[in-house]
Amino acid sequence: MSVPLTLLGLLQVRPRHGYDLKRAYDAHFGHDRPLKPGQVYSTLGRLERDGFVVVSGTDRDGGPDRTTYAVTAEGVTDLDRWFAEPEGPAAYLQPVLFAKVVLALQSGRDAAQVLDAQRAEHLVAMRELTALKKDADLDRVLGLDFALFHLEADLRWLEHTAARLDRLGKELAR
Amino acid sequence: MMEPLLTARDLHLSFGASPALAGASVDVAPGEILALLGPSGSGKSTLLHCLAGILVPDSGEVGYRGIRLDRLSDDLRSELRRSDFGFVFQFGSLVPELSAVENVALPLRLAGHKRRTAEARALEWLERLEVGEVARKRAGEMSGGQGQRVAVARALVAGPRVVFADEPTGALDSLNGELVMDLLVGAAREQGTSIVLVTHEPRVAAYADREVVLRDGALALTVGA
Repeated sequence: MSVPLTLLGLLQVRPRHGYDLKRAYDAHFGHDRPLKPGQVYSTLGRLERDGFVVVSGTDRDGGPDRTTYAVTAEGVTDLDRWFAEPEGPAAYLQPVLFAKVVLALQSGRDAAQVLDAQRAEHLVAMRELTALKKDADLDRVLGLDFALFHLEADLRWLEHTAARLDRLGKELAR
Repeated sequence: MMEPLLTARDLHLSFGASPALAGASVDVAPGEILALLGPSGSGKSTLLHCLAGILVPDSGEVGYRGIRLDRLSDDLRSELRRSDFGFVFQFGSLVPELSAVENVALPLRLAGHKRRTAEARALEWLERLEVGEVARKRAGEMSGGQGQRVAVARALVAGPRVVFADEPTGALDSLNGELVMDLLVGAAREQGTSIVLVTHEPRVAAYADREVVLRDGALALTVGA
């Protein structure tokens, strides 16, 4: 899970201050592991240093002044690259894939294309692993099977999500 | 890609008001193993049935070695299916009244071979698929995995150019499914037979050279050369 890219994606949906950003992150992606406030501000600092976000204003809203951040053109380019490139078919991908889907929908990108690119990446990996099983010893085969079953689980999730994109888009827009 | 063996061009087919195929196009090369993936109702089985000449599309073209399958009469399509194609389905591929060896010999008998020759060749295929021991048993007396291997033997015994397999492992556990796929793909590769494989299991599709994903009756994604 890439916290910096996920925060950048949330900032592309609209400019936000640090606390608002943490709230949005936790609501969608932080059910099991909410962000620590310090992590939000240190990440924002790094994103600003690298030119991916800029301070776009201050927001008082009845309380103390809060610095609002917005994504830069360079930040959008970085996000475009992230959405376009499928993840390497490794274990525990679900959080990052889910973040990509939600943020693609919220930023007006083609979420189905994000899922399709990932599906293709997984299918290619599965074909390669299946080919390796031919003539391999059983201990190697069982190791390859482990990877294959996990990739298959990811693919099922990708298909399941692809079939529910419309509904997810509507819920996120509420 | 070399000259395709089978082609589907812009196929449309509706069952009543619901469209099953809506502009599906795909090629199958000689010796190629092609997997059709997609959610239920995406049209993958209907596309397989059109490619195999079981169904005729409402519009579009199905070509096989320069012949327009969609323009052939029912009788000619049946003849072509018997001479050039083999089939494996999820359930009920075997004739329950016949023994395994009689089932496998059936395509050869229909092609005019004598019983003794046909059954000898059928037995060779049963042994190749590691189910020689059930040769005299009927479908009801075999396990699901054995039955599917007998069905694979029957699909391949007459040396077809294409085997159409619709969810061939759908009713099997993962180990038996893998065995069926290893044997089907291994034998098809040896004799240069193409396979058109419909499956909802990515692990089964991973045996293919190319995967196409259908959505709403048309191709949404192609993975592979």
